[in-house]
Amino acid sequence: MTATEPVLVLGDVAEGDRLPSLQAAVTATTVVLGALATRDWRPMHHDKDFAVNRNGTRDIFLNTPNQAAWFERYVTDWTGPHGRLGRVTFRMLDSVFPGDTMVLDGAVSAISVDDTGCGWIGLDLTLSVGGDVKSTCTARVAVPVDDGDNPWRRRLEQWKP
Amino acid sequence: MSPAQSGPDVVAEVRALVGVPQYEEAGEFPVEQGYVWSMCAAVENGNPLFWDEDVAAELTGGPIAPPTMLSVWFRPHHWAPGRTEERLPLRVHFDLKERLGLPEAVMTDNTMTFHEPVRPGDVLRTRQILRSVSDLKRTKLGTGRFWVIDVEYANQRSELVGIESYTGFGYRRAGDEAEAVAGAGTAGAPGPASGAPGTASGPGMAP
Repeated sequence: MTATEPVLVLGDVAEGDRLPSLQAAVTATTVVLGALATRDWRPMHHDKDFAVNRNGTRDIFLNTPNQAAWFERYVTDWTGPHGRLGRVTFRMLDSVFPGDTMVLDGAVSAISVDDTGCGWIGLDLTLSVGGDVKSTCTARVAVPVDDGDNPWRRRLEQWKP
Repeated sequence: MSPAQSGPDVVAEVRALVGVPQYEEAGEFPVEQGYVWSMCAAVENGNPLFWDEDVAAELTGGPIAPPTMLSVWFRPHHWAPGRTEERLPLRVHFDLKERLGLPEAVMTDNTMTFHEPVRPGDVLRTRQILRSVSDLKRTKLGTGRFWVIDVEYANQRSELVGIESYTGFGYRRAGDEAEAVAGAGTAGAPGPASGAPGTASGPGMAP
């Protein structure tokens, strides 16, 4: 078995760097697949009649854990499998509906090495539709400091998320 | 007295719970590989950690679940034999609303912190810990209090796997100060999965 090389190490990144945008067309299927995978059975995430008549929204909409999973995928598409999320904070501003094209964007806000030697990247992320920001997320992700490092090996007091 | 100005006794009683673990319980089912694949498929996440056993063995010492799935392992089945009551998430939040007489509530912030990886086969436990309750604040939504609740998750070896931290704002709408106590509000009762905008009347707040 060949050893997996890190896709990204800390030295590859500078504050202010922008992550490549990710575009995804949202369909009813996107909403329902995500709701069921996150075990969120509430009707406004699968039943359009309920969403329109009871919630007063124009359609079913993405649930929070599904959006979290989209943000995670966006970050680790960029870091590769060595990237280990330490912390994420979400703020939902508005809903995302079928028919929307969502765009995820991100920028590097901070770079640091903690006192255990772990390399950290701070990210400011947004999920927007037609230029309107629908959700924001700040993330703190550990990446290798060099080709021999792997943040997933850290445990207990060596891991300070 | 308006309930939004709950007496010092109630506030002191509620604050005595700061730091005290409550509502400890075990998940209904073990962490499942099938859900990991369903989640990754739903968001087209091709991270080889979740699809390639060799990469998972090398980097994470075996298969793991995506970290952001933390709360997924605690959402009950839609139905279970013999169950008569709905299992409410984030009970401490609803307790605070009731005890402080604040009929409306919104979640303003949700932070997840990840510790030991969650692995297929794990049986997780959870508990809720109130971290703080603010003094009365007036916002554009109304007058009420902010609180922070941590939901801690541990595995079967009692290793911490993650913490979800919620900031809630329980309030009485401006102009409703004289309204009768508790139980009145149905809007603004978001569970951890709400997916909702940060306003009391926004979509997704009321189940």
